[in-house]
Amino acid sequence: MDSALIPEGAKRCSFPKFAIGIAIVSAVVLWGVFAMFLCWFKGLNQTNMDDYYGFALWIWADLAVIAVGGGAFFTGLLRYIFKIDELKNIINFAVIIGFICYSSALLILAIDIGQPLRGWFIFWHANVHSMLTEVAFCLSAYFAVLTIEFIPNILENRQANKVPFFHHLAHNMHGVMAVFAATGAFLSFFHQGSLGGVAGVLYGRPFAVREGLLIWPWTFFLFTWSAAAFGPCFTLLVTKITETVTGKKLVKDNVVHLLAKISGWMIVTYIIAKIIDTIYWAMVTAPSLGFTLSHFYSNNGFYGYWILITEIVLCGVVPGAILIMKSTRENPTLRLVAIILGTIGICLNRWVMVLQIMAVPVMSFDTWALYFPSWQEIATTILPVAYGIILISVAYRYLPVFPQEQELNTIEPVSKTE
Amino acid sequence: MFPFSFEWAWDIGHMVFFGGFWYAVSILGAGMTFCILKAAYDTMNDSGDSHH
Repeated sequence: MDSALIPEGAKRCSFPKFAIGIAIVSAVVLWGVFAMFLCWFKGLNQTNMDDYYGFALWIWADLAVIAVGGGAFFTGLLRYIFKIDELKNIINFAVIIGFICYSSALLILAIDIGQPLRGWFIFWHANVHSMLTEVAFCLSAYFAVLTIEFIPNILENRQANKVPFFHHLAHNMHGVMAVFAATGAFLSFFHQGSLGGVAGVLYGRPFAVREGLLIWPWTFFLFTWSAAAFGPCFTLLVTKITETVTGKKLVKDNVVHLLAKISGWMIVTYIIAKIIDTIYWAMVTAPSLGFTLSHFYSNNGFYGYWILITEIVLCGVVPGAILIMKSTRENPTLRLVAIILGTIGICLNRWVMVLQIMAVPVMSFDTWALYFPSWQEIATTILPVAYGIILISVAYRYLPVFPQEQELNTIEPVSKTE
Repeated sequence: MFPFSFEWAWDIGHMVFFGGFWYAVSILGAGMTFCILKAAYDTMNDSGDSHH
């Protein structure tokens, strides 16, 4: 039925099977959209946010998808600026994942602001001293970069590419892609960093506040570094999931090994910096503000030392060690364990830096404030996941996302693709 | 956001922040304008020799 749109020589499932899959995931999207409209029409009383939790599940989801979406800017930087040619075989997919992550982040923010009709105020009436203003500007501009990076892949669709203008446009955009990638890296450095900087400058929150360099707290640099380190892990994880679902090998092992190796070394360097930062904060910064380390990890029903150890050791040191050693990196099972742990680790870091900050008591008369999201918050957070599944499914079906797919899989005649 | 907005001030904060922002947007705008104009030119003079 849609065989004319499928990349030449590629084998895809039948259209009814594809449509049924999309319909199932669309039901989840509709659930999320319903919750989204509830939030827009009835207001933020639909959430469990309160005076303690001005930042809650949505902001965690926002920071998490932006961090894991960092694979796009870092892979683009390596491919176009550092000229690592092997990565051309995974860059399209990294861009699509980044596009999904950043569009999801913008969607979540559009719900979170509660009054979307005034969303443009942050741009028009910009407070240039706010790190969140910098995030809003860089996030929007980088989403434009990701859209620009995604367009050539869309124009390479079998039918679109027959239109001469589209064919030439895709070709020309490839020609100047290094300029766009460099701009994307510039924007990503600042918005990833500023998201961490927001936590680091919370002087009233001893759990978050950090010293730093000039106007930037250390969390600024840690957030950028961690996004570049763990973002490729997420790219590799989604690639593996796509390979499992499609039952095909889509990217050659040497490309996966290379990206895993780079990610591994980035994780190791990041986690060393993170450990030094944590020790300095625990031994110097927090005590200077009148707090001991145990204050942040005791006397409550959820946040214990386990979360610190899980984030830094289990989901930081372990994946880093697995990915830097050739023998473990090239073992598919161990590599999968490492990229899963890495992805969990970066999400856990963002959880701690958003939600644990809000939970810790600050005043002597205060108590721990734990929070559980409402179903509307959960539905609108799952919404981007379902949207991502749909976009990846459609892109995989109709666009030449993986240049090595045909080489790695037995090609059947086009007439048998349906 | 613009010098004609009432909050605008010619201070270092505005110049650095918006200087960086408009610089990035200008690069994106110029890059896309170049690509679109060149694609239109290539289409009109359809050489058919572009491959990627």
